[in-house]
Amino acid sequence: MKLLVPVKRVIDYNVKPRVKSDQTGVDLANVKMSMNPFCEIAVEEAVRMKEKGLAEEVVVVSIGPAQAQETIRTALAIGADRGILVQSDADPQPLEVAKLLKAVAEAEAPDMIIMGKQAIDGDNNAVGQMLAALLDWPQATFASKIEPMDKVVRVTREVDGGLQTLELDLPAVVTVDLRLNEPRYASLPNIMKAKKKVIDVKSVDDYGGLGAGHIAVPKVTEPARRVAGVKVENAAELVAKLKTEAGVL
Amino acid sequence: MAVLVVADHDNHSLKDNTHKTVTAARALSSDVDILVAGAGVAEVAAQAAKIDGVRKVLTAQSDALGAGIAEAMAACVLPLMSAYDAVLVAATSAGKNFAPRVAAKLDAAPISEIIQVIDADTFVRPIYAGNALETVKSTDAKKVITVRASAFKAAGEGGAAPIEMVDPGAGAPHTRFISDEIAKSDRPELAGAKIVVSGGRAMGSAEEFHRVIEPLADKLGAAVGASRAAVDAGYAPNDYQVGQTGKVVAPQLYVAIGISGAIQHLAGMKDSKVIVAINKDADAPIFQVADYGLVADYKTAVPELMAALTAAGK
Repeated sequence: MKLLVPVKRVIDYNVKPRVKSDQTGVDLANVKMSMNPFCEIAVEEAVRMKEKGLAEEVVVVSIGPAQAQETIRTALAIGADRGILVQSDADPQPLEVAKLLKAVAEAEAPDMIIMGKQAIDGDNNAVGQMLAALLDWPQATFASKIEPMDKVVRVTREVDGGLQTLELDLPAVVTVDLRLNEPRYASLPNIMKAKKKVIDVKSVDDYGGLGAGHIAVPKVTEPARRVAGVKVENAAELVAKLKTEAGVL
Repeated sequence: MAVLVVADHDNHSLKDNTHKTVTAARALSSDVDILVAGAGVAEVAAQAAKIDGVRKVLTAQSDALGAGIAEAMAACVLPLMSAYDAVLVAATSAGKNFAPRVAAKLDAAPISEIIQVIDADTFVRPIYAGNALETVKSTDAKKVITVRASAFKAAGEGGAAPIEMVDPGAGAPHTRFISDEIAKSDRPELAGAKIVVSGGRAMGSAEEFHRVIEPLADKLGAAVGASRAAVDAGYAPNDYQVGQTGKVVAPQLYVAIGISGAIQHLAGMKDSKVIVAINKDADAPIFQVADYGLVADYKTAVPELMAALTAAGK
């Protein structure tokens, strides 16, 4: 089985984003960037499938600026086999990303695409579903367990109220949730090995070009800030305040 | 213009998210229809027909729709879209699952988790875990929108919209439903609860989480939530998770116990009306958003809180 894993370079999970004063977006200059945490889980899962002998090849693809090569290199250090960078400084919108990934999937012909359920910058939670739709493949979102079998895959999904298990014909798109696995830290030897692995740098035109986005963003603003309230001394005071002052009991 | 709302339900009862999504839809158009897609949903459709300001209710039934399989949902919604300019869906795990699939098939850019409707083309949505708000203007003729239900008031009831059957579509030829494991609970649902009691990593174990958080929640008639750290550590199931990567809630009262208040957790609860934090670390970031903070070990504070609630007649 061949696996394709799309990954995205985003602001590091632990960094608090700052809105630019001119309201054009979030300030990413001199900010630590990392692989989107959900993408990391997807890479880890694909590599585990390879280590178990369930997959032969893990190909990682990223759409983004030249620096996204570092993100791909991180995935190669976890254990992916090779990378593709579809270079674009345009920060394509999710629908455009899905269209480019469709073209990559058609060129690579994977049996399964495993990817994060959402990127922690745009928080759209949409690309995997759109990619599946454009390819006319079945999809399973929010996976907490992935069991590949002969020509099918069983996926347990995190849904409201519990879990749902689906069986999909391959090829299929699976998006991963937090509890699927805990990604490893790449070892130094594997980081060194990853430097020798191949990253193909392509342009968006190699995959059908970048369409005009369907969404304009007139402004990005800071949300209203909540102000800290008061400290209470004990539980009795807390209950009294909730009852009389806040009126929520 | 006419707008379609796809109902949020579990085949037995209609969820309040639907009423809230109708409010968002009414901000776009006065012609709002509801689609109830599922299996055995006559009762759900009857409930949807009572929502104020709804023109008509469409029902579509098949086993694949009953399981909420994305391909089936998209195949059901797509042909209906010739009659609508927008489709709105609550941003639940079910809604997020199929809405982008509909969008891609319409060649429309999905607009995720709106919290405000500015006009028929312009919406506000949180990005970066709610650390920024993005105003987006869509150029698509047909829009596919998911709605953060907690940001909208629920539409009232008192209507009597007619109910029509529509074609359920081609189903999901490449996906088979295997099983469901839905936890049965008498507690209110997290997303719509008036009070939420959440526990964090400080609980230390699943047993402790059950022992401390659940009785307090039951005393308050509250839903139970958890921080991502507590979920990651296996103290609570993932559908309890409040935060950027879990559920976004905005109850009247949110009680955070042993939760430090990581950015990603705050994203899920900072729009609550009143926030209470109990944490032994006085510097925990949760106190920066809490209306009432109690610096104390939950091990002593929660029993005292239980006693104080009893004394107050709760």
